[in-house]
Formats: sequence, structure tokens, C-alpha cells
Amino acid sequence: MKTKLAALTLSALLTVTACGGGGGDAPAAQGPQPLRMTIWTSNEAHLKLFKEIADDYRKTRPETGEITFDPLPFENYTTTLTTQIAGGNPPDLAWILENSAPDFVGSGALVPLKSKIQNPGELVPAATKLWEKDGELFAYPFSTSPFGVFVNTDLVKAAGQKTPQELIKAGQWDWEHANEINKAVAAKGKHGLTIWDFDYKGWDNLATIWRGWGATAYSEDGTTCRFNSPEMVEAMTFLHTMIFKDKAMPAPGTVADFFAGDAAMVVAQISRAAMLEDGEFGWDLVPLPAGPKGEYAVIGQAGIGVLKKSPNAEAAADFLAFFTDEANSAKLAAYFPPARDSLLTAETMAKTSPLLKPEQLQEVVIDGIETGVVKPSHTGQAELAQTVRASLDALWVADADVKTVLDGVCAKIQPMLGA
Amino acid sequence: MTATDIGDRVAGRAAARRRPFWTIPRRDALVGYLLVSPQLAGSVLFVLLPFGLVVWYSLQEWNVLAGTFEFVGGRNYEKLLADPNMGAVLTSTALFSAGLVVLNLALALTLAILLNQKLAGTTFFRTLFFSPVLVSLVAWTIVWQFLLQGEGGVNGLLAVAGVDGPNWLRGEGTALLSVVVVQVIKNVGLNMVLFLAALQGVPRQLYEAAHLDGAGAWTRFRRVTVPLISPTILLTSIITVVGSLQVFAQIAVLTQGGPGMSTTVLVYYLYQQAFQFRHFGYGATLSVLLFLIVAVLTLVQWRMRRKWVFHES
Repeated sequence: MKTKLAALTLSALLTVTACGGGGGDAPAAQGPQPLRMTIWTSNEAHLKLFKEIADDYRKTRPETGEITFDPLPFENYTTTLTTQIAGGNPPDLAWILENSAPDFVGSGALVPLKSKIQNPGELVPAATKLWEKDGELFAYPFSTSPFGVFVNTDLVKAAGQKTPQELIKAGQWDWEHANEINKAVAAKGKHGLTIWDFDYKGWDNLATIWRGWGATAYSEDGTTCRFNSPEMVEAMTFLHTMIFKDKAMPAPGTVADFFAGDAAMVVAQISRAAMLEDGEFGWDLVPLPAGPKGEYAVIGQAGIGVLKKSPNAEAAADFLAFFTDEANSAKLAAYFPPARDSLLTAETMAKTSPLLKPEQLQEVVIDGIETGVVKPSHTGQAELAQTVRASLDALWVADADVKTVLDGVCAKIQPMLGA
Repeated sequence: MTATDIGDRVAGRAAARRRPFWTIPRRDALVGYLLVSPQLAGSVLFVLLPFGLVVWYSLQEWNVLAGTFEFVGGRNYEKLLADPNMGAVLTSTALFSAGLVVLNLALALTLAILLNQKLAGTTFFRTLFFSPVLVSLVAWTIVWQFLLQGEGGVNGLLAVAGVDGPNWLRGEGTALLSVVVVQVIKNVGLNMVLFLAALQGVPRQLYEAAHLDGAGAWTRFRRVTVPLISPTILLTSIITVVGSLQVFAQIAVLTQGGPGMSTTVLVYYLYQQAFQFRHFGYGATLSVLLFLIVAVLTLVQWRMRRKWVFHES
């Protein structure tokens, strides 16, 4: 009896494992096939635009069913996406963040796209680099978005400071001057500088500061930790002083929302401009301040890939081609800077970005895409990010020794970089 | 065919009639099995099968993105033994569980004794202390996240008393303490109600007898109350220990395992490995470890009950 029971349990177990782990392709069902794309924006303006493009597509493709855009919270985006894949419920298309690009592109989870999308030759090489492997393109770089600084000009003026725009004209827009403004605003009771999605955890966003010192997280080939390089130590010392001595940045554990008017500046990507549509304060968008190594730009990237595991991969790729063709790229450019050469002009972008002025588009977006470096990414970035986060926590106290903490970061992650 | 043969067959049939297959014990057994079958099916489907799968997955290297599922034998278990983070994770887990269990049981018992008095307003306070149990866990934790900020409500209150409070969720010691306290306040009401019920079951005359024998308040508590509510102490300590090892949402919301690794308890580490780092095989290995720890702790408590639980010796 016991043996029978054991055999029964084991066979049930194996059956379920075979169903769950194997993940064979499901046969295509009859009738219109719905498509689902996971995204991390839940901004109404963005969603409205996506839906319009999807509706246009379905007009000529009766075989395509409902196209849904499924917003997942940004903080856990990649975790939720991979859990859906593991649970046998992959989306047909997915936005992919730059920090998980090496994992997705390298694993073979995505459908090759070069032959599918319209005019791939016109995509800017700086934008496609992260999404290519062996000459093939695995995700469409639909947003190549430079970081800029949004400024609450009301708060800056109320603190009796020159606006960043005035400093740019005087050739003085650098981190030292920016820090003076933030210090003055913070002294008046509001907050100074904030960094979008940083919150003392998302350290990769600090690249928007340390690049001004010429620092990088890893060496070019990804095999060496560069957290304890002299440039990084200098940049992090500046940051530490800014937080704990000058109080020009909200301290750890303090919530300050620029878009609610709590802070003087936020370092963020231009797609965040949509949040200022109903802004109740005067604002400006300027390039990142210059660092000791001069002017620089940092870009965040997002690609859209088609999952191989999707039963509708063919239809999904076809929709992606439509979603990113020249006409629709021009529409999407309102929020997501395009990677198509022909669209990267201030005139074209101005038509679709009513919130931004032509000089803002030229200075921040177009110049940024040409000269920018992408935020840090590496194979196994999630584990690296978590390890760095845990080691960097020691830096976010007033009496931290910057060099010692950064040496500690490298001691932890160097073995993981596999050199 | 002889007359004897015929006689034998008739007798045989009669015997068969006398012993039908569905005897009363068999019918009883069938009814019994039918009655427990929904529960049994539920246990097999939702407990035994997932557990079997977890053990099975712990022997695999499962790359979700590449879609590969490869048998690697004991490699994940070797990785567990060599994992440099294991020391920090197990220390946080032990500190967290010990702090939670001691604080929760002590506070629950104290509140129960206080609210067991025949005084005005006890019903109000019973409701007050029990109400957090009914609040959504994540909503509760998010509110506490705001209260525990450097410039949050807790430090605001301390400032009134002239105390400069720490940045609770950013200090290695205070972060763990904060998560423990938030969890204790949330759940202490449940244990309090269990203790209250037990306290009300202690016969009054035993206290009177002890009082006549000259026992003071402390002696009455130690010699009468504790032995008589000891089955409830056993129950609450088992559920609190098991619960403390499964605390996840509070850590995910309040600290995400930080600062450093100070609040990375085993369940949270398991989540990181499996879902964030996509090491599903290793995550499954960590859940086997968690199961073993819970099983051993429960077994130890169960075994020790004979030594101290009333009615069990």
C-alpha cells in the first residue's frame, strides 16, 4: 500500500513538473488572438497614446484581438516579469530595462527582430548597442532617454538664487553651483536635490552624478569593480558632503516629491515631463550640471522585446514593427526619445513634445543621446545591484568613511564579476 | 454430482450470504474515508505536492529566461553550505525570531492579565489591542514606514519628550528592532485573546485556596496561573515561532533586507534568490532549509511540552 501511494505521488509530481517546467509551445488557438505587453508606466497620457496606436493597428488586422498594455510597478518590474515567465504566463511583448538587457539578450529569451522592424538601418548605433548580439537585434530601443534636471524655478527664485538657465548663460552650470542653489532652498525649509528612483537603494541612478567625475561602476569589459577608483571616491565624497553636511539633498528615509513641489530639483528622464502637465509651479528642464571632468550626459534605455515563449510571437513581432515604424515613433517621441536618426531633430520632436521647448530638446535630448553613456548594466545585474546596495548602506550615515565603504563594495562584488 | 456436493454448495452460498462484502466495519471505513477525502485531497494538492515540487526544484538549475531546466543533483546544497551570506542571514533570522517571540508572548500575556481584571473600560482596551490584527498587513506597514522616518511621527513624539530619535529604518540595530516592534503591535492582539480565554478558564477557587495558604500575588501567578494556562502558552509559542520565520511583507515594505544585510531574514533572502536573482533552484533549496528549521523547532517544542505543560506529563 505504502509503495503504491509513493508511486502515485511521484507520478503526479512528475506530471505536474512536466507541465510546469517544460513550457512547450501551446498550439495556436482559433479566432482573433489577443496580445499583451507589460510596461512600467501607468501614466494616463502614455497609455492613451499606446491605445490609439493599438486601435489603428487592429483596423487593418482583423485577426488580432484585444491588445492590452499591462502596467507593472517600476520597483519590481523585472521581478514580476520573470515571475510571470516562470509561472507559464509570459506576456507577448515586454518592455525591458537597460539593467536587465544583458540577461534578456544573452539568454535567448527574445525573438530576433532585425528582419521584422521597419528600416532598422536608421537606428542610432548608440541606442542599439545594448540590445544586439552577434549582429542581431533582440529588442527595439523604443526609449533612449537622457537624464536632465527638472528645476522648480519658483523655489529657486524664492531662495534668492540664480536659476540654472541663468547659470548656463554665464557658463557656470556645474555641480558646485547647483549645490549652492539646493543648499539655499533646503535652508528655507523645502528640499534641495532629489534623484528619481534613488531613495538610497537604486544606486545605478547615481551614475547621473558620478559620470561628471569620470567614474564608472565596472570596467569597460565588465570584469573589474571600479567603485573604489579615485574618481568614484571623489564623486561619492561630494555626494556625501551634499547630503550630510550641506543638507542639500533629503537625508535617507525622508520622502520628498519634486512633482508635488517639495524640492528644488530632480534628476530624471524627460519622459517624466508628463507628470508636470498640471504642474502648479514654474519649472524648467536643463542638462546635467558639469562635473570636474566637464560636461557629460547619461541615458536610460528601454527596449521592447517579443518573448519566444509567447504563443503569438509572430503576431507580436508584427505589432511591434507597426508600433515602432516611423509614423508611430514620431508620436511616441512625445515622451520617449526615438532611436531613429530621421526623427532626432529638435524640429520634429517639438511637434510632438508640447511640454518641452526646442532648446530643451536640443540641449538635453538630442545632444544627450549623441554623447551619453548608458546607466550601469551587467549580466546578473539584479544580484550585483543588491550586493552593492547592501554594501553602500554603510555610506548613508553622517560619519561614514567613503573610501573604506567603497573598498568594501569592491571586496563584495569583485568575485561576482567573474574575472 | 452427489447429494453431499449439492449440500456443500448450498451451505457455501449461505455462508457467502452471511458474509457480504460491505460489512459494517467496511462501510464505516468508506464513510470515514469519504468524509476526510476533501481535506486529504486538499493536503495532497496544496501541501504535499508543492513540497515535493520544491524538493524536486532544489535539485535543478532552472534558467527561466533561457527556458532550461537541468538536473544538477546536490549542487544547490553545496552552494548553500558555501554561501558567504548564510551567516548574516541566519543571524538576522535568529535575532528577529527570538526578539519577536519573546516580545510578543510577554506583551500578550501582560495585556491579557491586565485586561482580565474586572474594571471599567476593559472591553474598550481589548478591542483596541485586537483591532490591528484586522488591519491589512501592507497598509499597516506602509503607515509605519512613514511614522518611522527620520522626521516621522515616532521621532516627533520623542522630540516632545526632548529625545532626539534615531533614523529608525536606516540603522542596522534599529531597523531590525523596528520591524520586530511593528510586527508585534500588529499581531499581539491575537495571542492576547488566546491568553484571555485561558485566564478565564482558571477556576477562581484555586486562587482563593492559594490565598488562604498564604501565597502572594507572584506565587499565585507562578504556581497557579502559569501551569493552568501552559497549554495555551505552548500553542501561542508554536504559532508565533512558525509565524516569525515566515515574516516577509513587513521586510519587503520597510527595509528590503537592509541596511546592509541586517534585516535579510531567511524568507526574504529566499525571495531575493528565487525571484529577484532568478536562481529558482537555489531558492527552492533555501525553502527546504526553512522547512527543516521550522520542523525542528516545532518538534523540539512539542517534545518539551511533557516537561512543563500541565496535563501533558
